Amino acid sequence: MSDLILAGGTVLTPKGLEETDVRIRDGLIAEIGPGLEGDETIDCGGAWVGPGLVDLHVHFREPGQEWKEDIESGSRTAAVGGFTAVFAMPNTDPATDSGHVARYVSARGTEVGLVEVLPVGAITRGRAGKELAHLDELWAAGVRVFSDDGDVVADAGLLRQAMDYLAARGGVISQHAVDVGLSSGGYMHEGSVSSLLGMSGIASAADDVILARDIRLVEMTGARYHVQHLSTATGVDLIAGAKAKGLPVTAEVTPHHLAFDHTAAQTTDPAYKMMPPLRSEDDRAALRYGLEIGTIDIVGTDHAPHAAHEKEVPWEHAPNGVLGLEWAAAVVNTFTDLDQSAFYDRLSVAPARIGQLDGQGMLLAEGGRANLTVFDPSIEWTPSTTVSKSQNSPYFGLPLQGKVVATIYQGTVTARDGIAVS
Amino acid sequence: MNHFLTIEGLPADDLNGLLDDADEFVEVLHRPIPKVPALRGKTVATMFFEPSTRTKMSFEKAAKALSADTMSFSPGTSSLSKGESLKDTVLTIKAMGTDAMVVRHKATGAPWRIAEWIEQPVLNAGDGAHQHPTQALLDSLTIRQHFGTLEGLKIGIIGDIRHSRVARSDIQAFSTLGAEVTMVAPRTLLPVDAAVFDATASEDLDEVLEDFDVVYVLRVQAERGGASVFPSLSEYTDRYGITKERFARLKPEAVVLHPGPMNRGVEIEGAVADDPRALILDQVFNGVAVRMAVLFRLLGGESNE
Amino acid sequence: MACVMDTGDMDRAIRRIAHEILEKNRGSDDLVLLGIQTRGVPLAQRLALALEGIEGSAVAAGSLDIGLYRDDLDQRPKMELGATSVPVPIGGKTVVLVDDVLYTGRTIRAALDALADIGRPSRVQLAVLVDRGHRELPIRPDYIGKNVPTSRSERVSVRLVERDGEDGVVIESREAT
Repeated sequence: MSDLILAGGTVLTPKGLEETDVRIRDGLIAEIGPGLEGDETIDCGGAWVGPGLVDLHVHFREPGQEWKEDIESGSRTAAVGGFTAVFAMPNTDPATDSGHVARYVSARGTEVGLVEVLPVGAITRGRAGKELAHLDELWAAGVRVFSDDGDVVADAGLLRQAMDYLAARGGVISQHAVDVGLSSGGYMHEGSVSSLLGMSGIASAADDVILARDIRLVEMTGARYHVQHLSTATGVDLIAGAKAKGLPVTAEVTPHHLAFDHTAAQTTDPAYKMMPPLRSEDDRAALRYGLEIGTIDIVGTDHAPHAAHEKEVPWEHAPNGVLGLEWAAAVVNTFTDLDQSAFYDRLSVAPARIGQLDGQGMLLAEGGRANLTVFDPSIEWTPSTTVSKSQNSPYFGLPLQGKVVATIYQGTVTARDGIAVS
Repeated sequence: MNHFLTIEGLPADDLNGLLDDADEFVEVLHRPIPKVPALRGKTVATMFFEPSTRTKMSFEKAAKALSADTMSFSPGTSSLSKGESLKDTVLTIKAMGTDAMVVRHKATGAPWRIAEWIEQPVLNAGDGAHQHPTQALLDSLTIRQHFGTLEGLKIGIIGDIRHSRVARSDIQAFSTLGAEVTMVAPRTLLPVDAAVFDATASEDLDEVLEDFDVVYVLRVQAERGGASVFPSLSEYTDRYGITKERFARLKPEAVVLHPGPMNRGVEIEGAVADDPRALILDQVFNGVAVRMAVLFRLLGGESNE
Repeated sequence: MACVMDTGDMDRAIRRIAHEILEKNRGSDDLVLLGIQTRGVPLAQRLALALEGIEGSAVAAGSLDIGLYRDDLDQRPKMELGATSVPVPIGGKTVVLVDDVLYTGRTIRAALDALADIGRPSRVQLAVLVDRGHRELPIRPDYIGKNVPTSRSERVSVRLVERDGEDGVVIESREAT
């Protein structure tokens, strides 16, 4: 029987942080304690050892757009980034609006075996915003998070129906909160940079008005509500207010909204184009602070691959979205002051809890499932490549602090030092 | 200077240097044979992904007056309509052999993308509502010819500044050259964040009109869907049109510029456009000279080898 | 570094050339002097003054920039354009091109091209302060201030009060290129 030892790291356990060793056997955490020996040892000296990272927001493009990414390449990218579970958004072709597409996505994830792939179900049929998707069928296929991501559920009446339908079971509505009227025709944050460039902007209010509306619907329906990729300071305040009222509301921020503000868009390089757009320096500061104090619950990458030829176009013609999985952990460590516990909370424990995912996001204890990520916060590096099928990274050339050293999924090493193990 | 993409950040010395050269090309254009051999053997490609007959003709005239050959690309009849990407189009035309590309594109930053793909100089002939740097040069030259300098002049730019690349380039050029610029428009046509420009903003033309030495009238871009940014053309004309009455209230030495094409009776009354103090045709003539200056600066000399 | 002309030499040369121009053209009627940018321009002005001093009537003098007519644009650093200013129409006139140093003849070739675009003079003549030889084109000056035999590795530098604060012609040797 093969034993894997994680030696000498700072281990995040229910009792707190311990500098110790971890024995992994049969997909489980077999033993935690000093001086362990086994068949294979990973030196974790100086590194953090915690639960495998969980991403509540990725786009793996399969089925339908496999030239950008597929479940295999996406899984590989996730493993390199330290993730052991990802929630794949339903804006595929066909959309994940029925049980069979959902079952396909999770089965394909299991087949690849590098990371647990959880399908997010569409709220509306074909994500068209007109009528409810097959919510029961999706639920039966294991879907717990529902979203029309890529598009907002604009019709408040329809959203209310979905909330009412899912509230009792505890399904999560994950909203891409952008008002259509305020954002249509806009290509970047409305502010000084858009004014200088003469580009039509998307006011921060485009996000805020939907969030405020939805919070009111949560108050009415009691449904669990998660707001994706929060990008505005006002949004952080709205979430804080909703939480103060005790509403079942959670929030997410992307790595790129922590790393950049709209001045990065001034080059009109489509590597910085996404929805919601990079916003002002004040927004960015509020997002960082919100994540640090826990108003924002999680980091979700919104990993959105697009082929090179799709991004090698002028800004307005480029699709929205950037890669994120490989650098999320390092970006969070570089641009926020999260300590080890908070780091794993925002990147693993909280997203697993919101996604109602068993066996992931658990503090390390003997007998627990061996989904682990080793992160060394002291490594300084500058990304220049990716294992994704696509190349649309805004982080190439950006110095980062901290790196995923090893990813262990179901007791097996899936990535070491930036290289996926197949 | 490897490309000519934007006025933003160009120091006054550089602007004046180009205008000085343009003065010499004005002289060339007044010769019996208005053509010099400076760029013999060079090829300039004019690539107007957004149609613009006058700017394209002006660049072609400038290239030809420098003895460069020209080739032109127009999207209507091209492979773009067959789905070819911008990058492939650019690389295809580069492979034919061109020494410079003059690019007009409705997407912001398109000339910058192209400058990443080819090593030849790229001239921005207008991108989105962002920059139109040769327009700013020709406007500056026209004003400098008339007043001798822009230093201390009060220039009002009136109209759809929010969606105007001419306005952006002009404001930056005029203010760099020492003029005091006022943007005049209803709030829906001013930049959302007007503070990024070295200019003041006013929504009331009649309050500021009499200060101006230069009134720069922007075209009402009806194709932008005027209805959503102001109530009607006639209401726009009432508040912001340069009518005979408003023209009469200007300082006696003040001049009027317009980048063309004009909507007579909307942003400018016909009689004003035809007044000797409207320098609109001078602007057109100077356009050729400044484009010669820019082409010569980019292509005439060893650093482009 | 050798000084081959001082300010007195230059004055005398210009006066002599003025006399030669008048002799050859039987007076100063229909004469237009065009100095080639940059140092030909003040020389043309001086020549015009000398002619006026002799004849008592003003002679038109202007400037010609040949930067746009060079055949070696690709091999030279970028240059600022100088002014071309032709004071009167040159059709039917006698144009005297004025330059400081005649060397390969390529500048004069460019000047003749420029002139052809500006008008059609009845005659074109060439006056230079220094002829240093090494012609690469069939061009011969009509008026010469001084013949200065040089080697190609030497540089002839004309300094004028108007531009350089002092008058004089010096030969400098430079590293063979």
